[in-house]
Amino acid sequence: MTRNLSSLRTIVLGAVAALGLAAAPALAQDTVAVTGGRVLTGTSVIENGTVVMRGGRIISVGTGAAPAGARVIDATGQVVAPGFVAVDSGLGGSEVSSVSGTNDLRNASNTLSAAFDVSYGLDPWSITLPVARLGGVTRAVVVPNHPGSSGGHYHEEDTAGAGEGGYHSPGLFAGQAAVIHLAEGADILVRPRVAMVAPFGEAGAGVAGGSRGGAMVLFRETLAEVRLYARNKAAYQRDDLRPLSLSRADLEALIPVAEGRMPLIITVSRAADILQVLRLAEEEGLKVILDGAEEGWLVADQIAAAGVPVLLNPLANLPGNFERRAARMQNAAALNAAGVVIAIKGNEGSIHRARETRYNAGNAVSHGLPYEAAIAAITVNPARIFGMDGQFGELRAGAAADVVIWTGDPLEPLSQPVAIYINGVEQPLESRPFLLRDRYLGGGEGARPPAYPAQ
Amino acid sequence: MFTSRLRGSASGPLALILAATLGLSACATTGEGASSDGNGDAAPAREAKALPTGMDAATNPDPYPSTYRGLPRENLAIVGATVFTGDGRKIENGVVILTDGKVAAVGDASTALPAGHRVINAEGRYVTPGIIDVHSHLGVYPSPGVQGMSDGNEATNPNTAEVWAEHSVWPQDPGFNTARAGGVTTLHILPGSANLFGGRGVTLRNVPSVTMQGMKFPDAPYTVKMACGENPSRVYGGRGRSPATGMGNMAGYRAAFIAAQDYRQKWDKWRETGEGSPPTRNLQHETLVGVLDGSILIQNHCYRGDEMALMIDMSREFGYRITTFHHATEAYKVAPLLAREGICAAMWTGWWGFKMESLDAIEENVALVDAPEGSCAVVHSDDAELIQRLNQEAAAALAAGRRAGLDLTEEHAIGWITLNAARAIGIDDQTGSLTPGKRADVVIWSANPFSIYARADQVFVDGGLAFDRFDPTYQPVSDFELGQPGYGQSTAGVRQGAR
Repeated sequence: MTRNLSSLRTIVLGAVAALGLAAAPALAQDTVAVTGGRVLTGTSVIENGTVVMRGGRIISVGTGAAPAGARVIDATGQVVAPGFVAVDSGLGGSEVSSVSGTNDLRNASNTLSAAFDVSYGLDPWSITLPVARLGGVTRAVVVPNHPGSSGGHYHEEDTAGAGEGGYHSPGLFAGQAAVIHLAEGADILVRPRVAMVAPFGEAGAGVAGGSRGGAMVLFRETLAEVRLYARNKAAYQRDDLRPLSLSRADLEALIPVAEGRMPLIITVSRAADILQVLRLAEEEGLKVILDGAEEGWLVADQIAAAGVPVLLNPLANLPGNFERRAARMQNAAALNAAGVVIAIKGNEGSIHRARETRYNAGNAVSHGLPYEAAIAAITVNPARIFGMDGQFGELRAGAAADVVIWTGDPLEPLSQPVAIYINGVEQPLESRPFLLRDRYLGGGEGARPPAYPAQ
Repeated sequence: MFTSRLRGSASGPLALILAATLGLSACATTGEGASSDGNGDAAPAREAKALPTGMDAATNPDPYPSTYRGLPRENLAIVGATVFTGDGRKIENGVVILTDGKVAAVGDASTALPAGHRVINAEGRYVTPGIIDVHSHLGVYPSPGVQGMSDGNEATNPNTAEVWAEHSVWPQDPGFNTARAGGVTTLHILPGSANLFGGRGVTLRNVPSVTMQGMKFPDAPYTVKMACGENPSRVYGGRGRSPATGMGNMAGYRAAFIAAQDYRQKWDKWRETGEGSPPTRNLQHETLVGVLDGSILIQNHCYRGDEMALMIDMSREFGYRITTFHHATEAYKVAPLLAREGICAAMWTGWWGFKMESLDAIEENVALVDAPEGSCAVVHSDDAELIQRLNQEAAAALAAGRRAGLDLTEEHAIGWITLNAARAIGIDDQTGSLTPGKRADVVIWSANPFSIYARADQVFVDGGLAFDRFDPTYQPVSDFELGQPGYGQSTAGVRQGAR
């Protein structure tokens, strides 16, 4: 095929025109009906469905006609899906992974661990948000990083010669996660402090002093201290309680965890460690979410019996270390088949590569996960896992109107979003990378340097 | 995944390969010493002054020779598939004839099926050339990535042109097997990017082997890894030594080429006159002399467009060519320049923002670099997971290009991970397209490889079946994987396939 620069110039003009078309976004108070598309509700599929939204929420989902007076979006031949939810994400909390000043996911304070709250460091103007949005991601569960988390780009290219380690978390707990939405605007926080995060396995052992046994004992001792504190706050305030190893802020933050009200996301890979965590959860009355669980399929029945959900990356199939020797592409399928509620993660901490969440779901499908389960794993399941069932991640009446219209199957790379609504508000199909693309689309060798705006 | 399949059945083929490899290795070593006297033009002077063994590179230019001889193979006719040839053609209901490990013919349904060829019905499926990854660290940064196995970066000096990645390759890396299950038949293993000159790269056939030599791609050119930008300056600047800056990087490269030119001159002079003492062999200079004489191809980790322009000027300063820029996230900013210079750019589609020099990465990079006439756009992995899905990375690049309004076809885009990749490491005369005479490196896909759901059903290397998704006896398992947790167990009822 031959492509030359003059044809590229016409393409530039086309792209500019296309940007102009996006200038009249729907407002949340309009009634908008998306008709004619293949609707993935998150729990089912409706051919030729109609999705109606108003006031930021889904009003109805079905096969009926659009209500009178509604602005009708014809999605015939297209696919209508809930916005995807990026779990185990760093969106809004990190701009450039290697630039520490932009990274608010890591807490290295000596006096704070569990109390660390990522919600205060979120940046609604982050350039990562529109990029993720263009991958159909409309919500995220933002988690604090710890030495065992999948956050950031820990490639040898970047740590070359830097030696072992990275940073060290000050305690067993990395801090508290938050739910955000990815709509344009000054406020992306949906709910702060939705879960506590802690590493087990090799990373947890590293924090605790080098062994898994140490980490587990320390963990249980911490819970005991939290309960002691919770029962004796008055004595603590009078300075009339035995010395406790955690700060008051950490103790406070852990009370809902110890009482089984706040979910505890435990990053763990090895089957043996998963069993230890399940036992811990049962004995201590904790509400646990497993994160990673690369060897989960070996103990799928035990995870299912415990009713513990799993956040996983279905691409993890290599024995990258000794706690992942049984890692398999079929992990997602096996856990789902056993009855475990799974959520599928994006790549590298779902910040810059959160947009690949849909591809990861597709790869889980090609390795045995039913299609509907894969869609659920990036839509309704995250909402359920984090106690926000019915509020988002699903096309059903009452849920937030996070609706994405795709050219085709959203799990396919060749499909692209043509319209994105978050809380019922149409989002611009723009991003900083698109601006760079348009600047160099014509080759960048014109009479005027690319830095000058188009005349 | 590996399952009980290996307990009995595959030990036979593996044992055969082992025996064959060892046998050939011995033969090749013996033959080498006897035959390769090399360098005829300087023969009169040198015969009088033969140097001690190993002291003259010219007498033994291939001291770690390939012992690769291919898997057992049969002659095949793959019929009924949609064929992407790798060089831009698409044939519906195509016929691909593989004879004696080479592509013999490619054509439409009217293509004659030669006698004695087993017919594979690939109706409804897709056929492409074997996938080539030009940037892999499999074997040098293997799984498990633990201390004791991290052999990819000789980060002890900014110039380690003297190290060879092939001397770090651990053939038991399970990643070779999972990459093969993703259709990868050829990989180019590079040292890391801590150094200005990281060392020589090596091109491998993706077949299981007990030794690196048993995978080594016969007659593939040597390459050298160079690195621009943040990595060398961070690693060495952090140690209070040069290079600590971009300008320090440039000074370091230039000093190395000056030293190499000087070294080459000394050898030339000695070979010409035969007088005085010969120069002492220097492996570091030797690699760069290979660059200067065109026998060793530069593979340059270089993210930023402005740095690529500097590297191109430097190649003119010392009179060599750059073959490929890697991780070229800003290649789109200098796409016409790269096309004019005939330099390949190897890129990701989705990686960005992990450091400053990757901040301006765009998904359309591959398509924009591809656009000018004479371009050479390549999709690469640099990653043990991504290498398993280079077809998907190419699909995302294709989608981005179309989104930008570029007219791109699938049969063209497959070239980003086949023929262009072969060109980027100097093996396009041997593989990378389904062209008669080339190596029979072929993948039969379950569906269009630009679909997320496509799996490599069968993978052929030099006409030998190297992987079959449906036959556990063609799913190799590395030594490391034997007996590990989960070994021999089915996952989700699936016995076959990659782990």
